[in-house]
Amino acid sequence: MSDQIMTMPHAAPRRGAPPAWRKPVLMGAPIVLLLTVFLVFPVGQLLALSVYNGQGFSLAPYQQLFSSSLYVTVLWITLKISLATTLVAVAGAYPIAYLISVTKGPAKSRLIFWVLLAFWTSFLVRAFAWVIILGRNGVINGTLMSLGIIDRPIDLLYGFGSVLVGMVHAMLPLAVMTMLAVMENIDRTLPRAASTLGARPGTAFWTVYFPLSLPGVAAAAIMVFVTAIGFFIVPALLGGRRETMITQLIIDQIQQTLNWGLAGAISVLLLTVVLAVFVLYDRVFGFATLTGETAGAAHNRDTAMRRLGGRVLGLLGAASDALIGLFPRRRPRGTGEMPSAGLRTLVWTMLVLISLPAFLMVPLSFGEAGLAWPPTGFSLQWYEQLFQSPLWMQALTRSLVVAFGTGLLSMAIGVPAAFLMVRTRMRGKGAMLAFILSPVIVPRMIIAVGMFYLFAQMGLVGTILGLVIGHTVVAVPYVVMTMTAVLRNYDTRLDLAAQSLGARPLAALRHVTFPILGAGMLSSFLFAFATSFDELTISLFSSGGLSATLPKQFWDEVTLQVSPVIAAVSTGLLVFVAVLIYAADRLRRRSLAS
Amino acid sequence: MSSSSLTVQGLAKRYGDFVALAPTDLVVADGEFLTLLGPSGSGKTTLLSLLAGLVPPDEGVVRIGAQDVTYAPPYERDIGVVFQNYALFPHMTIAENIAFPLKMRKIPEAEAKKRAQEALEMVHLPHIAGRYPRELSGGQQQRVALARCMVYKPSIILMDEPLGALDKKLREHMQLEIKHLHRELGTTVVYVTHDQEEAMTMSDRICLMNSGRIEQLGTPADLYFRPRTLFVADFLGESNLLPASLGPRLGDEAEIRLGSAGIPGRALANGQDLPPGSPVRVMVRPQNLNIARPSGDETAVMGRVSDVMVTGSLTKIYMQPLDAALPPLVAAFATRNEAEAIRIDDVMALSWDSRDAVVIADSGPAAMPATTAKAA
Repeated sequence: MSDQIMTMPHAAPRRGAPPAWRKPVLMGAPIVLLLTVFLVFPVGQLLALSVYNGQGFSLAPYQQLFSSSLYVTVLWITLKISLATTLVAVAGAYPIAYLISVTKGPAKSRLIFWVLLAFWTSFLVRAFAWVIILGRNGVINGTLMSLGIIDRPIDLLYGFGSVLVGMVHAMLPLAVMTMLAVMENIDRTLPRAASTLGARPGTAFWTVYFPLSLPGVAAAAIMVFVTAIGFFIVPALLGGRRETMITQLIIDQIQQTLNWGLAGAISVLLLTVVLAVFVLYDRVFGFATLTGETAGAAHNRDTAMRRLGGRVLGLLGAASDALIGLFPRRRPRGTGEMPSAGLRTLVWTMLVLISLPAFLMVPLSFGEAGLAWPPTGFSLQWYEQLFQSPLWMQALTRSLVVAFGTGLLSMAIGVPAAFLMVRTRMRGKGAMLAFILSPVIVPRMIIAVGMFYLFAQMGLVGTILGLVIGHTVVAVPYVVMTMTAVLRNYDTRLDLAAQSLGARPLAALRHVTFPILGAGMLSSFLFAFATSFDELTISLFSSGGLSATLPKQFWDEVTLQVSPVIAAVSTGLLVFVAVLIYAADRLRRRSLAS
Repeated sequence: MSSSSLTVQGLAKRYGDFVALAPTDLVVADGEFLTLLGPSGSGKTTLLSLLAGLVPPDEGVVRIGAQDVTYAPPYERDIGVVFQNYALFPHMTIAENIAFPLKMRKIPEAEAKKRAQEALEMVHLPHIAGRYPRELSGGQQQRVALARCMVYKPSIILMDEPLGALDKKLREHMQLEIKHLHRELGTTVVYVTHDQEEAMTMSDRICLMNSGRIEQLGTPADLYFRPRTLFVADFLGESNLLPASLGPRLGDEAEIRLGSAGIPGRALANGQDLPPGSPVRVMVRPQNLNIARPSGDETAVMGRVSDVMVTGSLTKIYMQPLDAALPPLVAAFATRNEAEAIRIDDVMALSWDSRDAVVIADSGPAAMPATTAKAA
């Protein structure tokens, strides 16, 4: 007995190699454990609650669900809004992503900065900005009245139009970033080759570039659709009764009636729709396109669909060339491959429109008159109120602590998982990837409600730890995705070189791998940090009544009593995000330069 | 061969302060195979891009046949381009790829299909029409790119390092095949490469470029045996470049005096009209050096053998001349079985026929480190 204890632990690693399964299991275990305990279990529990009420099985919630037309109508509205948002956001994002992918140098960085700024500016700030713009005393009404075009304010808020505007604005940056990942990988010599083979610009675009960019369009569409279907901030702030979305019903069931059974049944409904969409997507494009990999060999050889598609694109090309032909041709001068001035004007106009709403908060926050447009006078009173408010200050501290904790925990769990996905060959990699991405696929609201139920059982509601765990579940897929992209570009022979020079695996990791991957790791960390910092859905329930995070505090203020302090908070958030993006970009460039 | 298919006059391109191509003149004859050769950054790819219309020039004129195409877009130029990475459309089958230019020219589908198949047969790949580019090997993709370019019989084919990504054996095979297709079709080809052997093998003429300008334009033999500048002598093959001072002209030859001792000799004047007494270099190729039995027509240099290397078919002998002002010489002989054994430290003389030596204007010692390093 004592002999065994003496020899076993020391002898094992020295003699023979450790079993081959050990390393991958150690790398994969944390993320599997996290997602099983805090995603699969709570969501499963919530879904189970829809048929099991603690005493026995009952289909009562489903009877309630289908007995009135309310829920089906709301589901239909939700689908309609999500679909419209997807169409408009993807169509709007395409020219922006295209311009970014063909631009080089500092101009490209500038474009990306503005998209990122919009991307990371809190959903709340952006949605609230539209309240200010479209409201009765808002920017548009104020401007039109002062110009004498109208003499009474018109109702712009609380309709399908305002919800669509808010939703598109919220989703557009996401669509751009998703599409860009695919467009950056399209070989730029291909459109040129088409041109040398006789294709006019319109034809070259529609028959060569556009088909190659389709996986990006599809990826953007599904990301936007799934995010939109689980979104509640915009419809709650900008919509009327007829624009209620299904997630708002779930909130009502939990916050007002604590009807877990019905909440579970609605979740089942929502999840079924989302999964159906994803299965369809996987059939057509494959999940791999979501991580920026090129589509596999899933093309059909020579189907009628494909030929029809080719015809349509050919006609589109001919039509655009005819259109281009109407304009007199300028002698091409300058640096050659510059995208046309028309496209650049269009994209910059869109970027200004995307950024403008959040920036309107800046003058309002320094005004004296509150949130009415136009702002008058200059005062720092809203900032004073903000800094003297213990509620806001505690929320800020709590958000920073939670975001930092989320960043660290997501990295600790996500980085090994990314290594596992890139470095090892294993069966079931596709399934593993789908599992890791599941927090993105499952509507956030369902995760949040399920987690709330679980946290209540575990006594984690209202704790920092609970929030960190909850946010890590939704942040970790982004860490794995960014790190996977970073690792794919990393030459693993450098590790072997380090090891051949005498570095043990850990030393090689510390002295070679991490220093080279530093910038990528930092941006993964920031991704997780920002995801948590802006997270509202999970915090809405799990922060408890008293320990609000910054977005939760913002939400409470906006929904209960609208005060100009919100403009000051928005301005602060905007500056914070801008500094963060700028710093991250500088760091990235410095690491490239060295 | 007399009519010109491509004319370039004063063509130039700058990117900010960087001169990618200084004003350049070039005439390519109908059916000619012309190679743009040079190190990276020498302007050869810029020139090709200007010819293809992928980049607009800052000044100058490009004519294809009689037509001014200086600012015409690529799709109006009647050219074909074979790109370095082949640029096959990944979402189209091989047949669709090859039929693409025909479709752009509004050729009926049936006819296009037939011609695409013929083009595939020409590059010996008749059975792959239904496949996608990613299902082919690098060599096969290369052939498809050629077929796509030849199928519509453009008057000029431009090739940008088309064999750069292939391994040595396949590359040599494709060189022959491209040469063969060129002869068969009689198309004008402008070919970019940085591989001097490839340029020597394939070209009717070579246009050697350096820092944005044409260094020398001529047949491979012109450039190899009669380089006009030190850069050309050094870029193409191995050479011995000996400092000398120029003496009087004697017909097409000139007298020279080598090194500090002024060893007398003669070399082809190579069209240089420098005044006597000018410092020059004399270039002799390693295989033109002989172990000396000096006679009247030969120039000889005495030295000590520093290295003997058998490189396969050739044996190379490195010799440090006794005159310290002369750089080490390298001579190459056909390898023989133990005959005329030469050992390190032997003192010997190397000589050459004056018809094998040429005078090159000395552009200063700065241009020379490469040769010295090679010989040492």
